[in-house]
Amino acid sequence: MTEHTHKQFDAEMEAIRSGVLTMGGLVETQLSRAIVLVEGKADDGVAGQVGADEKTINQMQVDMDLACSQIIAKRQPAAIDLRMVLTVTKIVNDLERVGDETKKVAKKAAQAAQNARLAQVRYFDLSRAAGRAKEMLQLSLDAFARLDVNAAAEVIDLDDEIDAAFSAIMRQLISYMMEDPRTISPALEIIFMAKSIERIGDHAKNIAEAVVQVVKGIDVRHATAEQIRAEVAEE
Amino acid sequence: MNETALVSRPQVTASGLPPAAPKMTIRKLDFYYGKFHALKDVSLDVAERRVTAFIGPSGCGKSTLLRTFNRMYSLYPGQRATGEIRFNGRNVLEARTDLNMLRAKVGMVFQKPTPFPMSIYDNIAFGVRLYESLGQRDMDERVEYALTKAAMWDEAKDKLKQSGMALSGGQQQRLCIARAVAVKPEVLLLDEPTSALDPISTAKIEELITELKNDYTIAIVTHNMQQAARVSDFTAYMYLGELIEFGETDQIFLKPKRKETEDYITGRFG
Repeated sequence: MTEHTHKQFDAEMEAIRSGVLTMGGLVETQLSRAIVLVEGKADDGVAGQVGADEKTINQMQVDMDLACSQIIAKRQPAAIDLRMVLTVTKIVNDLERVGDETKKVAKKAAQAAQNARLAQVRYFDLSRAAGRAKEMLQLSLDAFARLDVNAAAEVIDLDDEIDAAFSAIMRQLISYMMEDPRTISPALEIIFMAKSIERIGDHAKNIAEAVVQVVKGIDVRHATAEQIRAEVAEE
Repeated sequence: MNETALVSRPQVTASGLPPAAPKMTIRKLDFYYGKFHALKDVSLDVAERRVTAFIGPSGCGKSTLLRTFNRMYSLYPGQRATGEIRFNGRNVLEARTDLNMLRAKVGMVFQKPTPFPMSIYDNIAFGVRLYESLGQRDMDERVEYALTKAAMWDEAKDKLKQSGMALSGGQQQRLCIARAVAVKPEVLLLDEPTSALDPISTAKIEELITELKNDYTIAIVTHNMQQAARVSDFTAYMYLGELIEFGETDQIFLKPKRKETEDYITGRFG
Protein backbone atom coordinates (compact mmCIF):
# COMPACT_ATOMS: atom_id res chain seq x y z
CA MET A 1 0.00 0.00 0.00
CA THR A 2 1.26 3.45 -0.92
CA GLU A 3 2.33 5.65 1.96
CA HIS A 4 0.14 8.37 3.40
CA THR A 5 1.07 11.97 2.76
CA HIS A 6 1.08 12.25 6.57
CA LYS A 7 3.92 9.93 7.56
CA GLN A 8 2.79 9.99 11.18
CA PHE A 9 -0.53 8.45 10.09
CA ASP A 10 1.44 5.57 8.54
CA ALA A 11 3.31 5.09 11.79
CA GLU A 12 0.05 5.01 13.79
CA MET A 13 -1.54 2.48 11.43
CA GLU A 14 1.59 0.33 11.53
CA ALA A 15 1.54 0.48 15.34
CA ILE A 16 -1.97 -0.97 15.58
CA ARG A 17 -1.22 -3.64 12.98
CA SER A 18 1.93 -4.79 14.70
CA GLY A 19 0.14 -4.45 18.05
CA VAL A 20 -2.36 -7.09 16.92
CA LEU A 21 0.48 -9.42 15.96
CA THR A 22 2.30 -8.90 19.26
CA MET A 23 -0.90 -9.52 21.19
CA GLY A 24 -1.66 -12.52 18.97
CA GLY A 25 1.81 -13.89 19.60
CA LEU A 26 1.29 -13.76 23.34
CA VAL A 27 -2.13 -15.40 23.06
CA GLU A 28 -0.53 -18.21 21.01
CA THR A 29 2.17 -18.70 23.63
CA GLN A 30 -0.46 -18.77 26.37
CA LEU A 31 -2.45 -21.36 24.44
CA SER A 32 0.66 -23.51 23.95
CA ARG A 33 1.20 -23.47 27.70
CA ALA A 34 -2.41 -24.48 28.31
CA ILE A 35 -2.03 -27.37 25.86
CA VAL A 36 0.94 -28.69 27.83
CA LEU A 37 -1.33 -28.62 30.88
CA VAL A 38 -4.08 -30.49 29.02
CA GLU A 39 -1.55 -33.13 28.06
CA GLY A 40 -0.61 -33.42 31.73
CA LYS A 41 3.05 -32.75 31.00
CA ALA A 42 3.44 -29.41 32.77
CA ASP A 43 5.02 -28.57 36.09
CA ASP A 44 3.34 -26.47 38.76
CA GLY A 45 4.44 -23.06 37.49
CA VAL A 46 2.69 -23.24 34.13
CA ALA A 47 -0.89 -22.69 35.33
CA GLY A 48 0.23 -19.49 37.08
CA GLN A 49 2.02 -18.34 33.95
CA VAL A 50 -1.16 -18.78 31.89
CA GLY A 51 -3.02 -16.58 34.39
CA ALA A 52 -0.30 -13.92 34.22
CA ASP A 53 -0.45 -14.00 30.39
CA GLU A 54 -4.16 -13.35 30.57
CA LYS A 55 -3.61 -10.19 32.62
CA THR A 56 -1.07 -8.88 30.10
CA ILE A 57 -3.46 -9.68 27.24
CA ASN A 58 -6.25 -7.72 28.98
CA GLN A 59 -3.99 -4.69 29.27
CA MET A 60 -3.03 -4.98 25.59
CA GLN A 61 -6.71 -4.97 24.66
CA VAL A 62 -7.27 -1.72 26.54
CA ASP A 63 -4.16 -0.11 25.02
CA MET A 64 -5.04 -1.19 21.49
CA ASP A 65 -8.61 0.07 21.75
CA LEU A 66 -7.30 3.42 22.93
CA ALA A 67 -4.86 3.62 20.01
CA CYS A 68 -7.72 2.85 17.57
CA SER A 69 -9.99 5.48 19.16
CA GLN A 70 -7.22 8.05 18.83
CA ILE A 71 -6.71 7.29 15.14
CA ILE A 72 -10.45 7.67 14.50
CA ALA A 73 -10.59 10.94 16.44
CA LYS A 74 -7.47 12.49 14.94
CA ARG A 75 -7.22 11.11 11.42
CA GLN A 76 -10.83 10.42 10.33
CA PRO A 77 -9.71 7.32 8.44
CA ALA A 78 -11.64 6.34 5.32
CA ALA A 79 -11.94 3.27 3.10
CA ILE A 80 -9.10 0.73 3.67
CA ASP A 81 -7.81 2.64 6.71
CA LEU A 82 -11.26 2.78 8.30
CA ARG A 83 -11.84 -0.91 7.62
CA MET A 84 -8.44 -1.69 9.12
CA VAL A 85 -9.05 0.30 12.32
CA LEU A 86 -12.52 -1.19 12.84
CA THR A 87 -11.15 -4.67 12.16
CA VAL A 88 -8.29 -4.22 14.60
CA THR A 89 -10.76 -3.40 17.38
CA LYS A 90 -12.72 -6.55 16.53
CA ILE A 91 -9.63 -8.78 16.38
CA VAL A 92 -8.32 -7.39 19.64
CA ASN A 93 -11.64 -8.28 21.22
CA ASP A 94 -11.45 -11.83 19.87
CA LEU A 95 -7.88 -12.25 21.05
CA GLU A 96 -8.82 -11.13 24.54
CA ARG A 97 -11.62 -13.70 24.60
CA VAL A 98 -9.21 -16.41 23.45
CA GLY A 99 -7.06 -15.38 26.42
CA ASP A 100 -10.05 -15.88 28.74
CA GLU A 101 -10.93 -19.28 27.28
CA THR A 102 -7.31 -20.40 27.45
CA LYS A 103 -7.19 -19.45 31.10
CA LYS A 104 -10.32 -21.53 31.71
CA VAL A 105 -8.78 -24.51 29.93
CA ALA A 106 -5.60 -24.18 32.00
CA LYS A 107 -7.53 -23.89 35.25
CA LYS A 108 -9.68 -26.94 34.52
CA ALA A 109 -6.66 -28.93 33.35
CA ALA A 110 -4.91 -28.28 36.62
CA GLN A 111 -8.01 -29.09 38.70
CA ALA A 112 -9.40 -32.00 36.70
CA ALA A 113 -9.33 -35.16 38.75
CA GLN A 114 -7.43 -38.00 37.17
CA ASN A 115 -9.53 -40.87 35.92
CA ALA A 116 -7.90 -43.70 34.06
CA ARG A 117 -10.96 -44.39 31.94
CA LEU A 118 -10.98 -40.82 30.59
CA ALA A 119 -7.27 -40.67 29.86
CA GLN A 120 -7.77 -41.40 26.17
CA VAL A 121 -10.29 -38.53 25.77
CA ARG A 122 -8.29 -36.08 27.77
CA TYR A 123 -4.78 -36.79 26.65
CA PHE A 124 -5.51 -37.62 23.05
CA ASP A 125 -8.79 -36.22 21.66
CA LEU A 126 -8.87 -33.04 23.71
CA SER A 127 -5.23 -32.14 23.24
CA ARG A 128 -5.55 -32.81 19.53
CA ALA A 129 -8.56 -30.45 19.29
CA ALA A 130 -6.59 -27.84 21.25
CA GLY A 131 -3.69 -28.22 18.81
CA ARG A 132 -6.09 -27.68 15.91
CA ALA A 133 -7.48 -24.56 17.59
CA LYS A 134 -3.96 -23.23 17.98
CA GLU A 135 -3.22 -23.89 14.30
CA MET A 136 -6.39 -22.01 13.37
CA LEU A 137 -5.35 -19.08 15.53
CA GLN A 138 -1.87 -19.01 13.98
CA LEU A 139 -3.28 -19.22 10.48
CA SER A 140 -5.79 -16.44 11.15
CA LEU A 141 -3.04 -14.16 12.46
CA ASP A 142 -0.88 -15.01 9.44
CA ALA A 143 -3.84 -14.15 7.22
CA PHE A 144 -4.09 -10.81 9.01
CA ALA A 145 -0.35 -10.12 8.77
CA ARG A 146 -0.32 -10.77 5.02
CA LEU A 147 -3.92 -9.64 4.38
CA ASP A 148 -4.33 -13.02 2.72
CA VAL A 149 -7.98 -13.86 2.06
CA ASN A 150 -7.17 -17.39 0.90
CA ALA A 151 -5.55 -18.21 4.23
CA ALA A 152 -8.58 -16.63 5.92
CA ALA A 153 -10.91 -18.89 3.94
CA GLU A 154 -8.86 -21.90 5.07
CA VAL A 155 -9.35 -20.93 8.72
CA ILE A 156 -13.08 -20.67 8.17
CA ASP A 157 -13.09 -24.21 6.73
CA LEU A 158 -11.05 -25.59 9.65
CA ASP A 159 -13.67 -24.42 12.13
CA ASP A 160 -16.01 -27.22 11.04
CA GLU A 161 -13.32 -29.71 12.01
CA ILE A 162 -13.11 -28.35 15.56
CA ASP A 163 -16.88 -28.31 15.88
CA ALA A 164 -16.93 -31.96 14.79
CA ALA A 165 -14.18 -32.83 17.29
CA PHE A 166 -16.21 -31.18 20.06
CA SER A 167 -19.30 -33.23 19.20
CA ALA A 168 -17.24 -36.42 19.12
CA ILE A 169 -15.75 -35.71 22.56
CA MET A 170 -19.23 -35.00 23.91
CA ARG A 171 -20.61 -38.28 22.56
CA GLN A 172 -17.74 -40.26 24.03
CA LEU A 173 -18.01 -38.66 27.42
CA ILE A 174 -21.78 -39.13 27.59
CA SER A 175 -21.36 -42.84 27.06
CA TYR A 176 -18.70 -43.02 29.79
CA MET A 177 -20.93 -41.11 32.19
CA MET A 178 -23.89 -43.42 31.52
CA GLU A 179 -21.76 -46.48 32.16
CA ASP A 180 -20.01 -45.28 35.27
CA PRO A 181 -21.26 -42.42 37.46
CA ARG A 182 -17.78 -41.99 38.99
CA THR A 183 -16.64 -40.50 35.68
CA ILE A 184 -19.27 -37.74 35.78
CA SER A 185 -17.24 -35.21 37.69
CA PRO A 186 -13.99 -35.47 35.65
CA ALA A 187 -16.00 -35.82 32.42
CA LEU A 188 -17.76 -32.53 33.11
CA GLU A 189 -14.39 -30.83 33.57
CA ILE A 190 -13.27 -32.20 30.22
CA ILE A 191 -16.51 -31.01 28.59
CA PHE A 192 -15.87 -27.49 29.88
CA MET A 193 -12.36 -27.59 28.47
CA ALA A 194 -13.64 -28.90 25.14
CA LYS A 195 -16.21 -26.12 25.00
CA SER A 196 -13.52 -23.51 25.62
CA ILE A 197 -11.39 -24.99 22.85
CA GLU A 198 -14.36 -24.95 20.51
CA ARG A 199 -14.87 -21.27 21.36
CA ILE A 200 -11.20 -20.52 20.59
CA GLY A 201 -11.84 -21.96 17.12
CA ASP A 202 -14.83 -19.65 16.76
CA HIS A 203 -12.71 -16.62 17.70
CA ALA A 204 -10.03 -17.61 15.18
CA LYS A 205 -12.81 -17.85 12.60
CA ASN A 206 -14.00 -14.35 13.58
CA ILE A 207 -10.47 -13.04 13.03
CA ALA A 208 -10.37 -14.68 9.60
CA GLU A 209 -13.72 -13.13 8.69
CA ALA A 210 -12.43 -9.74 9.79
CA VAL A 211 -9.47 -10.16 7.43
CA VAL A 212 -11.90 -10.78 4.55
CA GLN A 213 -13.71 -7.60 5.55
CA VAL A 214 -10.53 -5.51 5.48
CA VAL A 215 -9.43 -6.79 2.11
CA LYS A 216 -12.74 -7.18 0.32
CA GLY A 217 -14.91 -4.66 2.11
CA ILE A 218 -17.69 -7.21 2.57
CA ASP A 219 -19.15 -8.57 5.76
CA VAL A 220 -18.97 -12.38 5.67
CA ARG A 221 -19.82 -13.02 9.30
CA HIS A 222 -23.10 -14.76 8.57
CA ALA A 223 -22.22 -16.18 5.17
CA THR A 224 -21.80 -19.89 4.47
CA ALA A 225 -18.34 -21.34 3.84
CA GLU A 226 -19.27 -21.75 0.15
CA GLN A 227 -20.32 -18.10 -0.14
CA ILE A 228 -17.09 -17.00 1.51
CA ARG A 229 -14.99 -19.13 -0.84
CA ALA A 230 -16.86 -17.63 -3.81
CA GLU A 231 -16.26 -14.07 -2.55
CA VAL A 232 -12.60 -14.75 -1.86
CA ALA A 233 -12.10 -16.25 -5.32
CA GLU A 234 -13.61 -13.15 -6.95
CA GLU A 235 -10.99 -10.66 -8.04
CA MET B 1 -28.62 -1.62 -22.68
CA ASN B 2 -25.06 -0.69 -23.42
CA GLU B 3 -25.69 2.67 -21.87
CA THR B 4 -25.37 1.15 -18.40
CA ALA B 5 -21.82 0.16 -19.21
CA LEU B 6 -21.06 3.69 -20.33
CA VAL B 7 -22.11 5.42 -17.14
CA SER B 8 -22.41 4.33 -13.59
CA ARG B 9 -25.61 5.24 -11.88
CA PRO B 10 -26.44 3.13 -8.83
CA GLN B 11 -29.98 1.83 -8.92
CA VAL B 12 -30.54 1.09 -5.27
CA THR B 13 -29.15 3.26 -2.56
CA ALA B 14 -27.53 1.79 0.52
CA SER B 15 -28.64 4.86 2.44
CA GLY B 16 -32.23 3.66 2.08
CA LEU B 17 -33.27 6.52 -0.16
CA PRO B 18 -35.32 5.49 -3.16
CA PRO B 19 -33.45 5.65 -6.45
CA ALA B 20 -33.59 9.18 -7.82
CA ALA B 21 -34.34 10.19 -11.39
CA PRO B 22 -31.48 11.94 -13.16
CA LYS B 23 -31.90 15.72 -13.23
CA MET B 24 -28.91 16.35 -15.45
CA THR B 25 -27.52 13.73 -17.79
CA ILE B 26 -23.94 14.31 -18.84
CA ARG B 27 -22.63 12.26 -21.75
CA LYS B 28 -19.20 12.23 -23.40
CA LEU B 29 -18.42 15.72 -22.21
CA ASP B 30 -15.10 17.20 -23.29
CA PHE B 31 -13.94 20.65 -22.34
CA TYR B 32 -11.10 22.80 -23.63
CA TYR B 33 -9.43 25.93 -22.32
CA GLY B 34 -8.00 26.96 -25.69
CA LYS B 35 -5.85 23.95 -26.56
CA PHE B 36 -5.80 22.50 -23.07
CA HIS B 37 -8.07 19.47 -22.81
CA ALA B 38 -9.51 19.96 -19.32
CA LEU B 39 -12.35 17.41 -19.23
CA LYS B 40 -12.08 14.09 -21.00
CA ASP B 41 -15.12 12.06 -21.97
CA VAL B 42 -17.05 12.61 -18.75
CA SER B 43 -20.39 10.80 -18.41
CA LEU B 44 -22.55 10.73 -15.32
CA ASP B 45 -26.03 11.49 -14.04
CA VAL B 46 -26.78 14.14 -11.44
CA ALA B 47 -29.69 12.72 -9.45
CA GLU B 48 -32.74 14.84 -8.73
CA ARG B 49 -33.10 16.13 -5.17
CA ARG B 50 -29.88 14.53 -4.13
CA VAL B 51 -26.47 15.96 -3.35
CA THR B 52 -23.72 14.99 -5.76
CA ALA B 53 -20.20 15.84 -4.61
CA PHE B 54 -17.17 16.26 -6.85
CA ILE B 55 -13.81 15.62 -5.25
CA GLY B 56 -10.27 15.44 -6.54
CA PRO B 57 -6.94 17.24 -6.30
CA SER B 58 -6.47 20.78 -7.57
CA GLY B 59 -6.64 21.02 -11.33
CA CYS B 60 -8.60 17.78 -11.76
CA GLY B 61 -11.44 19.55 -13.55
CA LYS B 62 -14.13 19.40 -10.88
CA SER B 63 -14.81 23.14 -10.87
CA THR B 64 -14.59 23.18 -14.67
CA LEU B 65 -17.23 20.46 -14.78
CA LEU B 66 -19.49 22.44 -12.46
CA ARG B 67 -19.06 25.51 -14.64
CA THR B 68 -20.31 23.61 -17.69
CA PHE B 69 -23.62 22.82 -15.98
CA ASN B 70 -24.80 26.43 -16.31
CA ARG B 71 -22.47 27.42 -19.16
CA MET B 72 -20.56 29.78 -16.87
CA TYR B 73 -17.55 29.21 -19.13
CA SER B 74 -19.38 30.93 -22.02
CA LEU B 75 -18.43 34.24 -20.40
CA TYR B 76 -14.84 33.62 -21.46
CA PRO B 77 -13.48 33.45 -24.99
CA GLY B 78 -11.51 30.38 -26.05
CA GLN B 79 -13.35 28.01 -23.73
CA ARG B 80 -15.55 25.38 -25.30
CA ALA B 81 -17.35 22.18 -24.46
CA THR B 82 -18.48 19.29 -26.63
CA GLY B 83 -20.78 16.43 -25.81
CA GLU B 84 -24.11 16.56 -24.07
CA ILE B 85 -25.54 17.92 -20.83
CA ARG B 86 -29.21 17.08 -20.97
CA PHE B 87 -31.36 19.18 -18.65
CA ASN B 88 -35.16 19.37 -18.94
CA GLY B 89 -35.02 17.64 -22.32
CA ARG B 90 -32.50 20.00 -23.92
CA ASN B 91 -28.75 19.88 -24.40
CA VAL B 92 -27.55 22.99 -22.58
CA LEU B 93 -24.38 23.03 -24.69
CA GLU B 94 -26.39 23.96 -27.79
CA ALA B 95 -25.72 27.46 -29.10
CA ARG B 96 -29.40 28.42 -28.96
CA THR B 97 -29.65 27.84 -25.19
CA ASP B 98 -31.00 30.94 -23.41
CA LEU B 99 -28.16 31.45 -20.95
CA ASN B 100 -30.05 33.79 -18.66
CA MET B 101 -32.88 31.31 -18.25
CA LEU B 102 -30.40 28.47 -17.84
CA ARG B 103 -28.57 30.30 -15.04
CA ALA B 104 -31.87 31.09 -13.34
CA LYS B 105 -32.67 27.37 -13.36
CA VAL B 106 -29.13 26.33 -12.47
CA GLY B 107 -27.93 28.70 -9.78
CA MET B 108 -24.38 28.94 -8.54
CA VAL B 109 -22.65 29.87 -5.29
CA PHE B 110 -18.91 30.47 -5.23
CA GLN B 111 -16.04 29.86 -2.86
CA LYS B 112 -15.81 33.40 -1.53
CA PRO B 113 -19.08 35.02 -0.50
CA THR B 114 -20.01 37.59 -3.16
CA PRO B 115 -22.72 39.82 -1.71
CA PHE B 116 -23.55 42.86 -3.82
CA PRO B 117 -22.80 46.24 -2.18
CA MET B 118 -26.46 46.80 -1.34
CA SER B 119 -28.93 45.94 1.37
CA ILE B 120 -29.72 42.37 2.34
CA TYR B 121 -33.19 42.82 0.85
CA ASP B 122 -31.89 44.16 -2.45
CA ASN B 123 -29.23 41.47 -2.68
CA ILE B 124 -32.04 38.96 -2.93
CA ALA B 125 -34.51 41.08 -4.91
CA PHE B 126 -31.84 41.94 -7.50
CA GLY B 127 -31.81 38.58 -9.22
CA VAL B 128 -35.59 38.16 -8.97
CA ARG B 129 -36.12 41.50 -10.76
CA LEU B 130 -34.11 40.24 -13.73
CA TYR B 131 -36.60 37.45 -14.38
CA GLU B 132 -39.90 38.48 -12.87
CA SER B 133 -41.75 41.67 -12.14
CA LEU B 134 -43.28 41.20 -8.72
CA GLY B 135 -45.34 43.67 -6.72
CA GLN B 136 -43.97 44.89 -3.41
CA ARG B 137 -45.90 42.35 -1.34
CA ASP B 138 -44.90 39.44 -3.59
CA MET B 139 -41.30 40.57 -3.52
CA ASP B 140 -41.38 40.79 0.30
CA GLU B 141 -42.71 37.27 0.37
CA ARG B 142 -40.03 36.07 -2.00
CA VAL B 143 -37.26 37.63 0.10
CA GLU B 144 -38.66 35.96 3.20
CA TYR B 145 -38.96 32.66 1.34
CA ALA B 146 -35.34 32.81 0.16
CA LEU B 147 -33.94 33.85 3.53
CA THR B 148 -35.99 31.14 5.25
CA LYS B 149 -34.69 28.51 2.82
CA ALA B 150 -31.16 29.71 3.52
CA ALA B 151 -31.80 29.39 7.28
CA MET B 152 -31.16 33.06 8.01
CA TRP B 153 -34.61 34.67 8.17
CA ASP B 154 -34.55 34.89 11.95
CA GLU B 155 -31.12 36.52 11.93
CA ALA B 156 -31.85 38.90 9.07
CA LYS B 157 -35.53 39.84 9.34
CA ASP B 158 -34.86 42.90 11.52
CA LYS B 159 -31.99 44.22 9.44
CA LEU B 160 -33.11 43.78 5.85
CA LYS B 161 -32.10 47.38 5.10
CA GLN B 162 -28.53 46.83 6.32
CA SER B 163 -25.76 46.27 3.84
CA GLY B 164 -25.09 42.67 2.91
CA MET B 165 -21.38 43.47 3.15
CA ALA B 166 -21.72 44.05 6.89
CA LEU B 167 -22.61 40.44 7.60
CA SER B 168 -20.12 37.84 8.84
CA GLY B 169 -18.51 35.54 6.26
CA GLY B 170 -20.81 32.66 7.07
CA GLN B 171 -23.90 34.90 6.92
CA GLN B 172 -22.69 36.40 3.63
CA GLN B 173 -22.40 32.92 2.16
CA ARG B 174 -25.90 32.01 3.31
CA LEU B 175 -27.10 35.30 1.81
CA CYS B 176 -25.54 34.20 -1.50
CA ILE B 177 -27.37 30.88 -1.21
CA ALA B 178 -30.60 32.81 -0.47
CA ARG B 179 -29.95 34.93 -3.54
CA ALA B 180 -29.53 31.82 -5.67
CA VAL B 181 -32.65 30.23 -4.19
CA ALA B 182 -34.76 33.40 -4.67
CA VAL B 183 -35.10 32.89 -8.42
CA LYS B 184 -36.49 29.40 -7.74
CA PRO B 185 -33.83 27.36 -9.51
CA GLU B 186 -34.01 23.61 -10.01
CA VAL B 187 -30.33 22.93 -9.54
CA LEU B 188 -27.85 24.58 -7.18
CA LEU B 189 -24.16 24.46 -7.96
CA LEU B 190 -21.91 25.06 -4.97
CA ASP B 191 -18.24 25.59 -5.74
CA GLU B 192 -16.33 25.09 -2.49
CA PRO B 193 -19.00 27.00 -0.58
CA THR B 194 -17.34 26.64 2.83
CA SER B 195 -13.63 26.83 2.16
CA ALA B 196 -13.48 30.45 3.33
CA LEU B 197 -15.61 29.83 6.44
CA ASP B 198 -14.99 28.87 10.07
CA PRO B 199 -16.15 25.45 11.35
CA ILE B 200 -19.42 26.69 12.87
CA SER B 201 -20.45 28.52 9.70
CA THR B 202 -19.35 25.47 7.72
CA ALA B 203 -21.58 23.25 9.86
CA LYS B 204 -24.51 25.62 9.28
CA ILE B 205 -24.01 25.56 5.51
CA GLU B 206 -23.75 21.77 5.56
CA GLU B 207 -26.95 21.55 7.56
CA LEU B 208 -28.52 23.91 5.05
CA ILE B 209 -27.42 21.73 2.12
CA THR B 210 -29.20 18.77 3.70
CA GLU B 211 -32.34 20.91 4.09
CA LEU B 212 -32.13 22.27 0.56
CA LYS B 213 -32.02 18.89 -1.10
CA ASN B 214 -35.69 18.41 -0.23
CA ASP B 215 -36.42 21.01 -2.92
CA TYR B 216 -33.36 21.23 -5.14
CA THR B 217 -30.81 19.14 -6.94
CA ILE B 218 -27.39 20.03 -5.60
CA ALA B 219 -23.92 19.61 -7.06
CA ILE B 220 -21.06 20.56 -4.78
CA VAL B 221 -17.34 20.81 -5.41
CA THR B 222 -15.30 20.47 -2.25
CA HIS B 223 -11.68 20.02 -1.25
CA ASN B 224 -12.83 18.73 2.09
CA MET B 225 -13.36 15.02 1.68
CA GLN B 226 -15.09 14.66 5.00
CA GLN B 227 -17.53 17.32 3.85
CA ALA B 228 -18.30 15.29 0.73
CA ALA B 229 -18.77 12.25 2.98
CA ARG B 230 -21.06 14.17 5.32
CA VAL B 231 -23.37 15.97 2.93
CA SER B 232 -23.51 14.04 -0.33
CA ASP B 233 -25.52 11.07 -1.57
CA PHE B 234 -23.26 10.47 -4.56
CA THR B 235 -19.58 11.18 -4.95
CA ALA B 236 -17.54 11.58 -8.11
CA TYR B 237 -13.76 11.34 -7.92
CA MET B 238 -11.94 13.17 -10.71
CA TYR B 239 -8.30 13.22 -11.67
CA LEU B 240 -6.56 14.99 -14.56
CA GLY B 241 -9.84 15.78 -16.28
CA GLU B 242 -11.22 12.26 -16.10
CA LEU B 243 -14.03 10.86 -14.02
CA ILE B 244 -12.24 8.05 -12.20
CA GLU B 245 -15.06 6.74 -10.06
CA PHE B 246 -18.67 7.67 -9.45
CA GLY B 247 -20.94 5.99 -6.98
CA GLU B 248 -22.91 6.21 -3.79
CA THR B 249 -21.06 8.15 -1.13
CA ASP B 250 -21.59 5.33 1.36
CA GLN B 251 -19.79 2.94 -0.93
CA ILE B 252 -17.03 5.31 -2.05
CA PHE B 253 -15.92 6.10 1.48
CA LEU B 254 -16.03 2.51 2.74
CA LYS B 255 -14.91 0.46 -0.24
CA PRO B 256 -14.10 2.37 -3.40
CA LYS B 257 -13.77 0.21 -6.49
CA ARG B 258 -10.71 1.94 -7.91
CA LYS B 259 -7.35 2.04 -6.20
CA GLU B 260 -6.83 5.65 -7.35
CA THR B 261 -9.97 6.66 -5.45
CA GLU B 262 -8.89 4.75 -2.36
CA ASP B 263 -5.45 6.38 -2.40
CA TYR B 264 -6.98 9.84 -2.69
CA ILE B 265 -9.62 9.55 0.01
CA THR B 266 -7.24 7.90 2.46
CA GLY B 267 -4.65 10.64 2.01
CA ARG B 268 -2.10 8.57 0.06
CA PHE B 269 -2.00 10.95 -2.84
CA GLY B 270 1.46 11.93 -4.14
